[in-house]
Amino acid sequence: MSERPTLRTPLSRVRHLGPARAGTEHFWRQRLTSVALIPLSIVFIAIVISLIGRNHAATVQILGSAPVAILMLLFVVTGIYHMWLGMQVIIEDYVHHELLKIITLMANTFFCAATGLACVFAVLKLSFGV
Amino acid sequence: MASPKARVARPLSPHLQIYRPMLTMTMSIVHRITGAALYFGTLLVAWWLIAAAAGPNAFAAVQGFADSLIGRLILFGFTWALLHHLLGGVRHLIWDAGYGFGPREREFLTLAGLIASVGLTVLIWILGYLALGGAR
Repeated sequence: MSERPTLRTPLSRVRHLGPARAGTEHFWRQRLTSVALIPLSIVFIAIVISLIGRNHAATVQILGSAPVAILMLLFVVTGIYHMWLGMQVIIEDYVHHELLKIITLMANTFFCAATGLACVFAVLKLSFGV
Repeated sequence: MASPKARVARPLSPHLQIYRPMLTMTMSIVHRITGAALYFGTLLVAWWLIAAAAGPNAFAAVQGFADSLIGRLILFGFTWALLHHLLGGVRHLIWDAGYGFGPREREFLTLAGLIASVGLTVLIWILGYLALGGAR
């Protein structure tokens, strides 16, 4: 919390941030994505095993098929969102220098956005076959 | 804004170096480490997908990596990190729901997660090698 003098009472600063509101939003989203990732991770592992040893053409055909592509998109988007939240917590726990914290938090967002978009683009390209 | 260093020195809550290492504590730390490892492991997933989308030459590079010894080791570590973080996540969800906090239960859940993550990793790799050796 900010050390600046303020006329707001401590109560007013936390009001409406109680159960299931924005105060626990981060915690909740991490749990929500973690529950989704239980089946999605198993599906991802199954997809990878089914692709082991296959050549490029077969891999493209399987990865680009609608059910596999949709499951891969769900896995990638949920996973990237989950790891964005997770890395944010790690940074907030260990990086105490204010400027460095802001920079690393930004880098976290940039990394996740870039990696996630690259994965999504690749799956869509495989699926739409351009 | 006041500098954080200007604050009054207050007593701090005890941290890691105070406690005797315990399995639950160690696995909690490993959960975070595997999470961070998976964070960067996502680059491999991205590389794999982009290479598949790019064409046979780029894909051959990924396959070359996966066939190399160092690639196999990294992928083995990736598999274990994913499974350990997955099972650790399930354990944390059980704890979040308010169950499994008894001394025996929490030790059992933690040890079971560790054993299962190693066992499942080996099992998946056996399946992987069978897939490699099997008919196309």
